[in-house]
Amino acid sequence: MTINAHPELPEFDYIRPATLEEASRFLSDHAGEARPLLGGTDIFVRMRDGFWHDKYLVDVKNLDGTDNLHFHPTAGLTIGAGVNMNRVMTMLEVQQYYPVLAEACRSVASYQLRTRATIVGNLCNASPAGDTIGACMLYDGVLKVHGVDGYRDEPLKTFFLGPGKTVLKPGDIATAIQLPRPPAGSTGTYIKLGRNTWSDLSIVGVTALGSREPASASGYSFHVALASVAPVPLEVPAVHSYLSENNITPEAFIEAARLAQQACNPIDDVRGSARYRKAMVKKLTEKALLITLDRLEGRE
Amino acid sequence: MAQHAITLTINGEWEQVVVPSQMTLLQMLREKLARTGTKNGCMAGECGACTVLLNGEPVNSCMVLAVECDGMHIVTVEGLMQDGVLDPVQHTIIEHGGVQCGFCTPGILISARALIDRNPDPSEDEIREALVGNLCRCTGYLRIVDAVKDAAALSRQAATL
Ligand SMILES: Cc1cc2nc3c(=O)[nH]c(=O)nc-3n(C[C@H](O)[C@H](O)[C@H](O)COP(=O)(O)OP(=O)(O)OC[C@H]3O[C@@H](n4cnc5c(N)ncnc54)[C@H](O)[C@@H]3O)c2cc1C
Ligand code: FES
Ligand code: FES
Repeated sequence: MTINAHPELPEFDYIRPATLEEASRFLSDHAGEARPLLGGTDIFVRMRDGFWHDKYLVDVKNLDGTDNLHFHPTAGLTIGAGVNMNRVMTMLEVQQYYPVLAEACRSVASYQLRTRATIVGNLCNASPAGDTIGACMLYDGVLKVHGVDGYRDEPLKTFFLGPGKTVLKPGDIATAIQLPRPPAGSTGTYIKLGRNTWSDLSIVGVTALGSREPASASGYSFHVALASVAPVPLEVPAVHSYLSENNITPEAFIEAARLAQQACNPIDDVRGSARYRKAMVKKLTEKALLITLDRLEGRE
Repeated sequence: MAQHAITLTINGEWEQVVVPSQMTLLQMLREKLARTGTKNGCMAGECGACTVLLNGEPVNSCMVLAVECDGMHIVTVEGLMQDGVLDPVQHTIIEHGGVQCGFCTPGILISARALIDRNPDPSEDEIREALVGNLCRCTGYLRIVDAVKDAAALSRQAATL
């Protein structure tokens, strides 16, 4: 018997449409046997492992501006679907205004994988472990989607339905992720607990984002999102409410971390047990909030 | 099974190749064009033995379709030597004894060259981070990291000559 853990790719037809209209029509006409292709770093793994059997891969890179990466001082950041993660994380405005997104990108796999891997692919793949999803959610990301009926917006808060499942329908192509400009001085962190420091999928991921907020009782606004601890990437609104209404103290962060722990619903898998994940959510949420506060106060 | 006629450069030379949709850049290099310097370690984007430069940026060639490279420029380990002179990364990895079985070496050399091109004076941490996608089962990495540090210095010297 030969053991071949990662066989060659199965047969399929590679399609390069000339326009988004053509791409959407093809994907809709071949529903169930065609899928959009960006970096392919999820697709090729799933096909080699025998989980996906698509007849057609439709390359949507380089179509009608999907290659654009653009920051506008009022409108914010637009990341075209075909823009790879290295390009995003090295853009000056991303490091300045969206530091948590840059940090999340940096935690993904390796430099050479990030030359291919895209943020839009990470979002559309809808893995609860997707490292850049938490940052895109907390920065209020909205996907621009082209379908058979033209363009529409899909906010990330209502985008994910389950592991690998989103609101997208056959023919839908995400063309860009748009992130409005965050409040001045906002900052945060992404803590990824993997089996090694770099390059593994997360056992638990915690994204935290904070800013000063004169309108709230605490004077601050904090948001937290969790990866790998629920069927979908999870934002925890209870953390935001609690830390808006109560004085910001070390004890308040411990209570907020407990609320995050309560909100999640992890499973046992090869990377870690549910019990371990729950314990880590509490520890890492507290740590992420402390780091965020330090960065807000300019202590780091 | 769809076949695609593509044109691309490999180490500066134009090539015309007909490839099926599912053929990876790695397969095309090794099996169609007999450029066997680039290695197949895992076919899953994990080990980095298949790393090549695609339009100047390192990629795992097992994770790129050959047809996606139409019109692009590829550099493999065979293309690092210029006019019979080894690239500084090749020279220093030999000097430091950073090669044992050698299977990881072509990928390490490409990742190292790309790092020095984008960051001429990398710190030890930056070198380790840039090589995180290049697994080596033999050397323990220390000699490789030292070699890359020296190669960066050599490249800076060459640039100021
Ligand atoms: C070795 C290795 C390590 C990895 N490490 C990490 C890691 O540390 N963290 C992490 O989060 N991920 C990791 N991944 C997973 C993967 O790299 C990421 O999810 C990546 O962001 C996917 O982007 P892509 O462009 O390659 O997507 P693709 O593989 O091209 O597509 C992913 C999915 O999205 C769909 N899709 C693509 N484009 C569109 C579109 N425009 N509109 C609608 N649907 C679309 C595809 O049909 C597919 O279902 C790793 C993968 C590998 C192989
Ligand atoms: S063979 Fe491509 S990463 Fe291992
Ligand atoms: S020298 Fe053997 S794997 Fe690196």
